[in-house]
Amino acid sequence: MSMRPVLLEAKDLSVSYGKVEALHKVGLTIREGEIVTVIGPNGAGKTTLLSCLMGLLPGRGEVSYVGRPLGNDFEVEERVGLGLTLVPEKRELFADMSVADNLLLGAFDRYRRGDRAYRETLAEVYGIFPRLRERAEQTAGTLSGGERQMLAMGRALMAKPKLLMLDEPSLGLAPLIIREIFRTVARLREMGVSVLLVEQNARAALQVADYGYVLETGEVSLEGPSAELANDPRVIEAYLGLGGKH
Amino acid sequence: MDFQIALLLGQDGLTNGAIYALLALALVLVFAVTRVIFIPQGEFVAYGALTLATLQAGQLPATLWLILALGAAVAALDGAQALRHGAARKLPRILALNLAVPLALWFLLASTDLAGLPLVAQVLLALAVVVPLGPMIYRLAYQPIAEAPVLILLIVSVAVHVVLIGLGLLFFGAEGTRTPAFSEGTLELGATTLQYQTLWILAISAILIVALYAFFGRSIYGKALRATALNRTGARLMGISTTMAGKLSFTLAALIGAFSGILISPITTLYYDSGFLIGLKGFVGAIIGGLASYPVAAAGALLVGFLESYSSFYASAFKEVIVFTLIIPVLLWRSLTTHHSEEDE
Repeated sequence: MSMRPVLLEAKDLSVSYGKVEALHKVGLTIREGEIVTVIGPNGAGKTTLLSCLMGLLPGRGEVSYVGRPLGNDFEVEERVGLGLTLVPEKRELFADMSVADNLLLGAFDRYRRGDRAYRETLAEVYGIFPRLRERAEQTAGTLSGGERQMLAMGRALMAKPKLLMLDEPSLGLAPLIIREIFRTVARLREMGVSVLLVEQNARAALQVADYGYVLETGEVSLEGPSAELANDPRVIEAYLGLGGKH
Repeated sequence: MDFQIALLLGQDGLTNGAIYALLALALVLVFAVTRVIFIPQGEFVAYGALTLATLQAGQLPATLWLILALGAAVAALDGAQALRHGAARKLPRILALNLAVPLALWFLLASTDLAGLPLVAQVLLALAVVVPLGPMIYRLAYQPIAEAPVLILLIVSVAVHVVLIGLGLLFFGAEGTRTPAFSEGTLELGATTLQYQTLWILAISAILIVALYAFFGRSIYGKALRATALNRTGARLMGISTTMAGKLSFTLAALIGAFSGILISPITTLYYDSGFLIGLKGFVGAIIGGLASYPVAAAGALLVGFLESYSSFYASAFKEVIVFTLIIPVLLWRSLTTHHSEEDE
C-alpha cells in the first residue's frame, strides 16, 4: 500500500479565522488510489481542513500536490483544473436547475479546456447513480436528501478528479442510503479516484478507508491504517462505543 | 383620443418598451451574477449611438482612446498580479487581450474610410469599440471589491456613472446626434403607418431576447452564468470563476446597451447624457421583475414603455413622474408579498 506514489501531502498546515486557530500544524498524506478518512467530533476542524485544501481558505504551512507546491495563490478554479474537487457538507447544488444541467456544469472546467469526453463521463455517472438518470429533467431542489448527495457526488465526478474530497456525505441521510453512498465511495477506488473522506460516522468511514486520521480540536491526535484505528481502544471509546455514531 | 392616436401611441410605447426590456434584461443579468446594480447601463446606450455617429462622420471616436487607456490599466494590473504570483505564463494572453486588440482596432479604424463603409460594418465597428468597456470597467471598478455588500457596489456604480457621463460630455460634446435609419421609408398597415426603423427595433429586440433565452437555456457558458447567480460557492467548486462570470455578464450588458443605442438613435436624438434616463426606465422594469425574473422584468419594461407613451398624451408634463412613480406601488407590493431575507448569498 505505501508503495503507491503520494498524491497530496500537507505538512504543518495551520488555518486561522482571525485570531482563532482552527487547525494547528496538521500533517496528512494521501496516496494515489487510496481512501483516506479524517474522523473526529464536531468542531474539530475537519471542514476547515477540506476548505483549505480546496483553496476556499488560506492556510499556513506546506501543501504539495503531485510533487508540486500548492500555495494559497492557487485559486479554487485552478485547483479544479488540477484535479481536485470538493463535495461540501451543504452540497451547494444549483437548486433551480435540472439534474442534467447540474451534472453538465460539473464538467465546466473540462469543457472550457476543450475536453469533450465529458459525455462519456456522464454515462459513467449515470451508471453509478441510476437514480440520477431517472431524475435527469427534475430540478435539483426537488430531490430527496439522498438523491442530492448522489447528485453532488456525481457532479464532482463529472470533473474527472484525481482527488475527491467528501465532507460528511452521510449527514442527515437514512441508514439505507448511507450504505449506498459508502458502497459508491469504495467503488471510486477501483476507478482510480483517490478519496479524502471527512466523517462523523467513524464506523462506516473506517470500514471503507485505507488509512485514517483522528482530528481533535484542530490537531491530529491519532493516525494509522484504518483497521488498526478501528481496534484502537481510544478510538473505540470515543467514536465507536455503544451508540458511538456521534 | 381617437383610435388613430391610440394606435400611434401604442406603437411608440411598444418600440420604447422593447428597448427598455433589453436594458431590463441586462440589469437583471448583471445583478444576478455579480450583485451589482448597474446604474451606468444607460451610458452604453449613449456611447453606442454617439460612437456610431462619430464613425459615420468619418472621425475616430474618442471612446477608442478610452479602451486604449482602460486596456493599458487592465494589462498593468493583471500583469503585475500574474508576476507577483509567479505566473508569467499568463502574460502573453493578458497583453494580447488588453493592449494588442485595442491597438489593432485603432490601426484598423485609422486606416479605413469610415464614412464610406456600409452601415453594417459601421455598426460592428462601433460595437467593437464600445463593448470592451464592459469587461474593462468590471475589472477595474468591481472585481477588486466583488465580495463587498450590495450597497458598496451600488455606490461604486454611481461613481462609474458620473465618470462616464463626464467623459461622454468630453468625448462627444453637448450636441445631440441622430444616425440614419437602417432602412428609410414607412409601411402602411391598415389604419396606421410604421416606420421601417420601428420594425427593425422590434425585430432585433425580439431576436436578441430569443438569443439570450437560448444562451441561458442551451449553452454551457449561459448555464454557468445562471449557476453563478444561483450559488457562487457551488459554481466556484465547478471551476466556474466568479471573475469570468462577472466579465461575461458585463460584456453582454455592454453589448445590449450599445446595440439599443444604435437601434433607437435613428428615431430619437441622443445626447451624451440621454442614456441615464433610458437606463433608469429599464431599471423600473427590472425592479418590477424583482431584479431576479427575466420574463417579468421584460414585461414590466414593456409596461413602462406603454405607460410613458400614453401619459405623454394625457399629461405630458408629468410623463417621467408617472413612470417613476410606478416604482412605489411595485416596491410596496413586493415588500408585502416576498419575505425578506437578510443580505448576502
